[in-house]
Amino acid sequence: MNLNTITELKRPSSADEVTAWKDGYAWLAGGTWLFSEPQVHTDTLIDLAGLKWQSLAVASDGGLEVAATCTIHDLCEFKPPKTWKAGALIGECCRSFLSSFKIWHEASIGGNIVMSLPAGPMISLTTALEGIYTLWPRNGEPRDVNAIDFVTGNHQNVLAKGELLRSIHLPASALGKRFAFRRASLTHLGRSGVLLIGTIDDAKKELIITITAATARPVQVRLCGAVTAIEVREAIEAAVPESLWFDDVHSSPAHRRHLSYHYAEEIRKELCA
Amino acid sequence: MKLTVNGKLFAADPAPGDCLRIFLRELGMYGVKKGCDGGDCGACTVWVDKKPVHSCLYPAFRAEDKEITTIEGLATNGKLHPMQQAFLDAQSFQCGYCAAGMIMTSAALTEEQKKDLPHALKGNLCRCTGYQSIRDAFDGTKNVKLDKAGKSAGTSTPNPFAHDIVTGAARYTSDIEPPEGLLHMKVLRSPHAHARITSINKEKALAIPGVIAVYTWEDVPRRLYTTAIHEDNRVDPDDTYLLDNVARFVGQRIVAVVAESEGIAEAGVRAVEVDYEILPAVFDPEEAMMPGAPILHDLGGDSHIKDPKHNIFVDIHGEVGNVEQGFKEADAIYEETYFAPRQQHVHLETMQSIAWRSDDGRLHVRTSSQGPFIVKGRLCYLFGIQPSQLHVFTERVGGGFGGKQDMMSEDLPLFATMQIGRPVQWEFTREEQFIGATTRHPMKIQVKLGARNDGKLTAIQFRMVSNTGAYGNHGGETLANGMSGQWAMYKCPNKKGDGYAVYTNMQCGGGFRGYGTTQPCFAMESAMDELAHMLKLDPIEFRRKNVVQADDELVSVLSGFDDLTIGSYGLDQCIDAVEKALKSKRGLPKPKGDDWLEGSGMGISMLDCVPPTEQRSACEITLREDGTYHFTVGSVEIGNGLVTAQQQVVAQILGCSTSRVTFKNADTDETPYDSGTFASVGMMVPTKAVEYAARALQEKILAYAGRLTRKKPKDCRIEDDRVICGHKKIPLTELHAQSVRDGEELKAFRKAYGSPRTVAFMAYGARIAVHRVTGEIQVLHSIETVDTGTVVNPNQLRGQCIGGVIQGIGYTLQEKMVYNDQGAVINPTLRNYRIPAIADAPVTEVFFANTYDNIGPLGAKSVAENTINPVAPAIGNALRNATGVRFTSLPFTEDRIFARLNGQTVPEPVHPR
Repeated sequence: MNLNTITELKRPSSADEVTAWKDGYAWLAGGTWLFSEPQVHTDTLIDLAGLKWQSLAVASDGGLEVAATCTIHDLCEFKPPKTWKAGALIGECCRSFLSSFKIWHEASIGGNIVMSLPAGPMISLTTALEGIYTLWPRNGEPRDVNAIDFVTGNHQNVLAKGELLRSIHLPASALGKRFAFRRASLTHLGRSGVLLIGTIDDAKKELIITITAATARPVQVRLCGAVTAIEVREAIEAAVPESLWFDDVHSSPAHRRHLSYHYAEEIRKELCA
Repeated sequence: MKLTVNGKLFAADPAPGDCLRIFLRELGMYGVKKGCDGGDCGACTVWVDKKPVHSCLYPAFRAEDKEITTIEGLATNGKLHPMQQAFLDAQSFQCGYCAAGMIMTSAALTEEQKKDLPHALKGNLCRCTGYQSIRDAFDGTKNVKLDKAGKSAGTSTPNPFAHDIVTGAARYTSDIEPPEGLLHMKVLRSPHAHARITSINKEKALAIPGVIAVYTWEDVPRRLYTTAIHEDNRVDPDDTYLLDNVARFVGQRIVAVVAESEGIAEAGVRAVEVDYEILPAVFDPEEAMMPGAPILHDLGGDSHIKDPKHNIFVDIHGEVGNVEQGFKEADAIYEETYFAPRQQHVHLETMQSIAWRSDDGRLHVRTSSQGPFIVKGRLCYLFGIQPSQLHVFTERVGGGFGGKQDMMSEDLPLFATMQIGRPVQWEFTREEQFIGATTRHPMKIQVKLGARNDGKLTAIQFRMVSNTGAYGNHGGETLANGMSGQWAMYKCPNKKGDGYAVYTNMQCGGGFRGYGTTQPCFAMESAMDELAHMLKLDPIEFRRKNVVQADDELVSVLSGFDDLTIGSYGLDQCIDAVEKALKSKRGLPKPKGDDWLEGSGMGISMLDCVPPTEQRSACEITLREDGTYHFTVGSVEIGNGLVTAQQQVVAQILGCSTSRVTFKNADTDETPYDSGTFASVGMMVPTKAVEYAARALQEKILAYAGRLTRKKPKDCRIEDDRVICGHKKIPLTELHAQSVRDGEELKAFRKAYGSPRTVAFMAYGARIAVHRVTGEIQVLHSIETVDTGTVVNPNQLRGQCIGGVIQGIGYTLQEKMVYNDQGAVINPTLRNYRIPAIADAPVTEVFFANTYDNIGPLGAKSVAENTINPVAPAIGNALRNATGVRFTSLPFTEDRIFARLNGQTVPEPVHPR
């Protein structure tokens, strides 16, 4: 829709050009969320397109470096090397969007992450793959944050005012793990009500279960590869306080809790057997 | 900036926050539609450098130096793109509003994507078709056929606007070049469920450059009226003011701002300061009837509210026989309370109007309405306009489903135009559709049934409480309709019904496909299923034992409507066909795994084809100079296929093909009066007028040709483009020319009334799979059988039926309006209120009963509303069959049903709002 309160568009070629951050500023990546609702408290859009960040690159550890401005489409089209057993998780998470491939042409990975909705599939992907986010504060040195610590609640995260998510690093070690994926939605191919991802290393030393969509923020439990059903359940119980099960029109807290236990057990069986 | 649109270079500078959708429309590309303006529906899909995007989300400035393709530019050198042709051949649209975006998406798919339409088309919503005809386009199915002269009825002729729809040339309400000096309106809506306005300060709003006017309750005529569109407006209460000093629901319009642009009007709305005195609110109709509840309306006698002290707009009570005695005779008695919730129509074109004054001083309103003539009358009443000075009309209407049976967008723009003298446009946002328009009435239905061991019903008793919301529009008529058909369909000597339409501080109920019958159908058909289980009878057989037969009298608890008869009877065929289909091995297999349970169920319903209140229409038809026919009729085309059917009726009677028949509809200047297109009357009233007029013209032509040739009219006949009298053949062009010379007018005018009335039947069956752990439901086999008399256009009828079924599946399995404890809708967007997408729409089989109605035109009768009614109970019965658990409230979303499937005892929640 037209954002009628916007009076100015800035198109910097470097993020450093934007120094004095003001209320009313908003970074514009794909715009697929910004333009979907009135933004009456925003008067200035700062276009990230001019920064020309390289979408995808191989990181020094052999993992994947994803620019925040990389589109869902580019990530989805990326052909991971065969050695990345978790490579197929990228496609699974892209297909978990409520939105269609048309939106993927414009929507950015970073945009999905900084929106910080429980059902953000790029949050699911990058937390499950033990990602590290590089953040660029407006006035300060870049800092790294573990993906799992970034989102703090529904529509809440650790970003300071004006701070940019620059890139996401997915380590090679995580990409090399086997994974199991479970998702539920109240409608077919709809918004995720529950999204669980399990990963396990070849030696089956550590099972990581990441719960997203079902909880207001991502929750990760790390268990030993020989974990029992009851131990998985207890670990989730300990990690998820009752109030954290998310309540919105896309599912009830009770159902989210129920399915999370159910899927966690399926994941344990699938990966640890 | 410069950009190329459809091969043409444009230079224009968008504002920094403009989206491409509106920018393209400003360049004249009206094929780029607004369904939601939030990226959810896909109606605005265009290509940017060949990539499909939702143009409502695409920043306009990014289109600089890009090559844009819209639906208008998809054809090359006059040759349709293969996907346009496929949509045309399959007629993959009804109202056609979503088609531009659907085609722009479909035409961009890779072969790989076409193999997975649920994913590929998830970003495009259609509310009319149920997606089956869209799948047909991908399969290369040709659903249309051109008709032969005199053999039009029964042929799937194309929608006369089909070519315009697939090329983006079809003009919906806002698709016109803005009239000189056009102003825009935005409305401030109440944030409170019940509040008195103590003061309004307009100053800050008026100080904004470009704000032209700000209207409050003090500025507008203070005349009570109702927004509901009915011929007889006394059936609805006069309880509404244009703008009021009391807000009675969250979303009620409070202040209207008129400005040079939508953006300025929005700023004006934000700048208006309103002080409210908050009043106690009541949301539950049962609570609203209790002593001490906040009273919504206390208007005195003229408003004809039944019991204002208890918030009862109307109550209806009736008994035939003696139910007390009937229950004594019963071997089994079943009693349960069902709840059928709200549903939003989600017609893809939101409500909107443009008003202006022409140079001759007359006023004009171009609107998206299901009843332009009633709107005209209401506007004349409100503003004291002479009827001759007001013109109200629709062009194409992008869906209705009953949502446009209220006058909600016409009045304020017209008022502003009268004040300011400049044209004024008001277009509802999608959010406004959810918070400020109407919904299906939420109803609580207590049902009690008694039957003997032989399977005969001995007593039917029900109590219905309908939440009409803050205003009574449609509250009484939906209640009366709900107390009629479904209960009259069953033979039983003892019936009793009590109904209440109750005011609360919730948004208003309105007309919605089914019109008060969908809710009791859910209750009654579920109850019949349960009672069959109690009696250890097959539920289908149990119904057969109790339904009315062709020769039976229809007995309802309502009295005084003896013009309702069974003009044709196909219920037996409907039930048989569903039963047979359910026993077949068709449809999808149950998914693998022990946790999937399988079950099937059926529901049936009966529709009164015309409302008992006044309903009339008329048609004028003329033989033209070129030997073709032109008819005018006041009914509205809302995607129901009405004009297609009317064209076919004319062609059938006058012995030609539809290519020789043109028409004009829904225009108070240019067409005869019509009560409005709702209540499934399209076939029964306006098309009846078309039939009468065509027959009258046929008589005139034959009589005149007979006189010219000295033959008796019975020895003359019309064959396509000529009249044949004995051995003489007179081309119609010649006949016309001669008639001009003779001063003979070859035209006819006829009226039609909605009485006597007939009934139509419907059965729906579903086989479903339910996952007992997660609660997920999959519809494996979906069958609808329809008793609609003569099938005039099989393809369109199939489309109506499937569209109704899928809207019903939405109501049953996913659609849910959620309110907070202050009475505000918390999910007023299409991403949070999910109507079925293609992935949610099972393939549905449709069968037509072989009947001929002795009341409707050419033996046809209504279909549109009935299609939705039996869906919810059929799926509920299938769920019961699969799991043994009865769910008594909708929707059956997995988060609501999983607990009881897992053996937990969770009470069925009742959402009285």
